[in-house]
Amino acid sequence: MNTNHSDVVIAGIGQTPVGEHWGKSLRNLGVEAILGAYRDSGGIKPQIMYIGNMLAVSASRQANLGALLTEDVGWVGMEGVTVEAADASGGATLRAAYLAILSGDVDVALAVGVEKWTDVIGPEADSYLSQMLDADYEATEGLSPHSLAGLLFHRYLYEYDVEQSAFAGFPEVAHANGATNPKAMFQRALRPGTYEKTVDPSGELGLYDIAPYADGAAAVLLAREDVLPKDWPHPHVRIIGSSLVTDTLSIHDRPAPLVWDAVRLSVERACRNAGVMPGDVDFFEVHDATSLHAALSLEAAGFASQGQGWMLAKEAVIGLGGQIPVATFGGLKARGHPLGATGVYQAVEAALQLRGDAGANQVSGARLGLIQSLGGMGATAVTHVLSVT
Amino acid sequence: MDDLMSDLTETSQHINRTSHPVGIVGYGAYIPRYRLPGTEISRIWSGESTPGPVREKAVAGVDEDVITMSIEAARNALARARIHAEHLRAVWVGSESHPYAVKPSGTIVAEAIGASAHIQAGDWEFACKAGTEALVAAMGLVGSGMGEYALAIGMDTAQAKPGDALEYTASSGGAAFIIGPGEDSLATIDAQYSYVTDMPDFWRRANQKYPEHGQRFTGEPAYFHHITSAAEMLMEELGMKPDDFKYAIFHQPNEKFPQRVARQLGFTPEQIKDGLLSPVIGNTYAGAALLGLTAVLDIASPGDRILITSYGSGAGSDAFVITAQEALPERRDAALSTRAYIDRRTEIDYATYVRFRGKIAMR
Repeated sequence: MNTNHSDVVIAGIGQTPVGEHWGKSLRNLGVEAILGAYRDSGGIKPQIMYIGNMLAVSASRQANLGALLTEDVGWVGMEGVTVEAADASGGATLRAAYLAILSGDVDVALAVGVEKWTDVIGPEADSYLSQMLDADYEATEGLSPHSLAGLLFHRYLYEYDVEQSAFAGFPEVAHANGATNPKAMFQRALRPGTYEKTVDPSGELGLYDIAPYADGAAAVLLAREDVLPKDWPHPHVRIIGSSLVTDTLSIHDRPAPLVWDAVRLSVERACRNAGVMPGDVDFFEVHDATSLHAALSLEAAGFASQGQGWMLAKEAVIGLGGQIPVATFGGLKARGHPLGATGVYQAVEAALQLRGDAGANQVSGARLGLIQSLGGMGATAVTHVLSVT
Repeated sequence: MDDLMSDLTETSQHINRTSHPVGIVGYGAYIPRYRLPGTEISRIWSGESTPGPVREKAVAGVDEDVITMSIEAARNALARARIHAEHLRAVWVGSESHPYAVKPSGTIVAEAIGASAHIQAGDWEFACKAGTEALVAAMGLVGSGMGEYALAIGMDTAQAKPGDALEYTASSGGAAFIIGPGEDSLATIDAQYSYVTDMPDFWRRANQKYPEHGQRFTGEPAYFHHITSAAEMLMEELGMKPDDFKYAIFHQPNEKFPQRVARQLGFTPEQIKDGLLSPVIGNTYAGAALLGLTAVLDIASPGDRILITSYGSGAGSDAFVITAQEALPERRDAALSTRAYIDRRTEIDYATYVRFRGKIAMR
């Protein structure tokens, strides 16, 4: 049967706390999130499980997560497969589950993102993380995602003649929102002036510009609307737009390294798909892996002109009561960045916003949300538009 | 004290207690005289002389090792105990830097101080609680009546990879304790409890020169969990509270950890300040908590209660409740005080440190 693209409803959500889960394994985290989503749905069982993950093969020496997690959750035999797109794996997983339902092949699909890698430390952790870059032309030259973002940040400050302190608002808003998210890795607001203390006069990304290494798992259960029971308790949060776009893997192959085309195109396509304009949305879960990512994403999504994304880094603009709230539960910076799980956390958080269940983090009157998950330096961009009826 | 011990018999499931009362009849510190400031290490490795996690660390001289330093500390302990080494029934040396991979330290120390051949001797290698583990064994030997006196030493020349974060703190020094009859002691050991797990936050594999560590993992699940578990269980089973103690001493790998664990347990900065030596001598590993204890015994008054809790990575924590006795003030002047060793200070530069600690590959 044909499924209309707006008939896909988020039927269940689950998330583990984000942090350094030294006492829990990849399986523990995955199962906790999956069962959370299953229970939240009122016990709707998926027909397929997509698993977003980036580093299980390196950090946990574990492949074949489809078989692993379907078994551990007690659903042996279920179709299950890993989706990998670096730290956009979570977004790509959500899209895979969404497409599976649109295909008409299944009615209910689960997207779970899981990452468990903080027991790898030091240079080993950096080398694993650098697998999101071009192994032949970037990583082998000693570049890591953080150092590459640092170089671009330097360029940004030079090109647009900006002071680094202008970026303080990104981590400050993220930490303020994380303070009231019980799942966040950092549940403390930054004191005024804290960011400025870490600013290097030469213009380097500082401690508060970079999202922390973290473990965690989040899951969303997607269902075609007509399989939901009549008395299903939650407001119907729908995915109404979805897009995945890639760019060149290496930054040096792009004509303008500070213009992230895939990020722009994926927002445009997801919004066209949904029949909305980016300016219509009530919040934007931005991929703030670094302060640079936040600025470039806001520019690419059309919320600011080129070179002016930093101007939005103010509580009045991006705070919960601002014009375009971002990182409403702390974002990557304060909730934490569990790589392949991050995009699914964004979907869970958007569902909480649109259901009106966001508590202290509620964006008032939220009806339309935009979430975006990036892989590497904007080389993969996955964007979804969610609405509530 | 007898009341306390009889209470223990009725209530405790886990606490170690001896058949006969035991105590510290002699103690001795040893800290080598050389000091390497943190700013000197950062000058070499970061190009800026920024302060490290401790102000400076004690460095063993070119002719010193765990054996020579153990002998120094043991002689101080014998002087305070006013016994001849021939009366010792055991000589135990706890360290993770025994000079030989194969050849005991304990027998060299025993012969050097004049112990007889009719003894138990042994080397303990049990991370940073090797010294307190030897102390528990000494309690057992004396408390069971197998022997009248036993010597337990915790001593290290701690190793750190040049340029590693540990290099700022890994230092040299330690202390020796003669355990004997409670009635003849400078301080009684009233109760003891150990919390022991396999927590791999720090290790050195065979034939590797320097240890590795698990970065932030060495905090919460390792140091803090074990020390609070040991100290809380001991206090709970004794029905004691932090304000029952005049002094508290915790394993001190840096300055902040013992301060934080004290706060978590409900101890005040006042209770820990006299036994907190890491800011001025660094982390002496198996000697760290024990040197804190010698510093406290140097100033404690009869009746003062002391809580000491060690921590060793992958080993666990040993907690002891100790009470200073009447004989302490009179006999502690029989040897150099811990403070005197700290004040006996010769500053060295990084190059001298490299030569003293054998960090230049000569072949």
